[in-house]
Amino acid sequence: MLKVNNLKVNYGMIEAIKDVSFEINQGEIIALIGANGAGKTTIMHAISGLIKPVSGSIMLNGQDITKIQAHEIVRKHLIQVPERRRVFASQSVEENLQLGAFTRKDKVEIAKDMEMVYARFPRLKERYKQLAGTLSGGEQQMLAMGRALMSKPEILILDEPSMGLAPLLVAEIFSIIKDINKSGTTVLLVEQNAKMALKIADRAYVLETGNIVVTGTGEELINSDEIKKAYLGG
Amino acid sequence: MELFLMQLLNGINIGAIYALIALGYTMVYGIAKLINFAHGEIIMVGSYTMFICIATFDLPVVLSIIITILACALLGVVIEKLAYKPLRNASRISLLITAIGMSYLLQSVFQLIFSANSKTFPQVINVSNVEIFNVTVSGNQIVTLFVAIFLMIVLDLFVRKTKTGKSMRAVSEDSGAAQLMGINVNRTISITFSIGSALAAVAGILYSSSYPLINPFMGSTIGIKAFTAAVIGGIGIIPGAVLGGFILGIIESLSKAYISSQLYDAIVFSTLILTLVFKPSGLLAKHKKEKV
Repeated sequence: MLKVNNLKVNYGMIEAIKDVSFEINQGEIIALIGANGAGKTTIMHAISGLIKPVSGSIMLNGQDITKIQAHEIVRKHLIQVPERRRVFASQSVEENLQLGAFTRKDKVEIAKDMEMVYARFPRLKERYKQLAGTLSGGEQQMLAMGRALMSKPEILILDEPSMGLAPLLVAEIFSIIKDINKSGTTVLLVEQNAKMALKIADRAYVLETGNIVVTGTGEELINSDEIKKAYLGG
Repeated sequence: MELFLMQLLNGINIGAIYALIALGYTMVYGIAKLINFAHGEIIMVGSYTMFICIATFDLPVVLSIIITILACALLGVVIEKLAYKPLRNASRISLLITAIGMSYLLQSVFQLIFSANSKTFPQVINVSNVEIFNVTVSGNQIVTLFVAIFLMIVLDLFVRKTKTGKSMRAVSEDSGAAQLMGINVNRTISITFSIGSALAAVAGILYSSSYPLINPFMGSTIGIKAFTAAVIGGIGIIPGAVLGGFILGIIESLSKAYISSQLYDAIVFSTLILTLVFKPSGLLAKHKKEKV
């Protein structure tokens, strides 16, 4: 469904991504794990069109989207929940969700999806009039995910959804991600919290300083000694 | 007392015009993080367009106003596309210098075409004076205040309620996240420039109706004052521009009458310095608290 071929991305003079290839099949949960600075977010930005790679290609359902602008990629239902959530702090919860549906015109369907999001995240419904900037970190993560769901994602990319959240909340967020996947959305998950990510992932790729070094099913990786040592704390 | 009320009215009149122009500065800053120093020149271009429509082509007033607004909106968009868009990823200082260059370019082009001599702006507002509590309120003042407040309300509703307005606020807050919502940032910037420039066109017509001598350099003084107003209110904050505009207009008019008719500009700009000392990000700026 999504295929990244020989991706190379530079930040100014720095080679952030050297040569990365991976693919995601329909219905999968794929985890991309790696330490800080390995280049995870850079890959996410390249897929969403926020930065342009030096070389390589990104194919979505057989179509080359490497050169397409970020706002056009959203219309292809490839949706990203960015790192640090980036909700619109000075707009209300409901306005944030409406912005998620920015590319859509079907008012009836939008209203239905809004109810669906509120059903999945009851906390957001309680606070629909509150400004997003006043929500707690976990609520902001829920809002960012709800906002992404409003764009009707076929592929949902989540960049560090567990960042800064209490363990209990992390578990909740991950079970919601699993639910979203079960209801038919393909998921690409980028995480520093390798343990949680590998638990729910069908397959995973391990990224180290701009290169993919290991790949396998979530189960294989979680039991591999090498991964245990480097990412799972022994 | 009558003198005071009269000066207050004058202040509100010029303040309303500053506010309209300051809105353009503040909106463009909010969205493109750019101080558009050519914004003052849009006022000048607007005044000349109106002048040509009426004095040269003898067009009806309403049609001339529409042409002026459209011409300025278009000019704003063209300036953005030609001068600022290629610098989207350049440093802020390059953008700033480009904006100053654009401002001089427009002044010089108009000087070449119309010479540096002032032209008399035709009378376009024909509303008679009204007497309230022994104070004469001129037709110009009534129309200026009415038009300015009307446009501010429309703009406020537009930004808060419409989809385009909401996308403008989203881009202003986080343009990267806005793109991830499917918002076309370039298009949003163009819309912002056209709205700001249309407001400047109206401000130009109103200003030249009150001070009917127009020349190619008129935009720089009004522009810099409106910019000051935007900074006093808090640049990037829409109600701040309105508040700053009125404060500046009233201070200017009262210091002209009561303190010194020569030092008033110094007093106006001292207000800016005082504001920056005590409230560096402007009167209406809020401290942003963001949870992570």
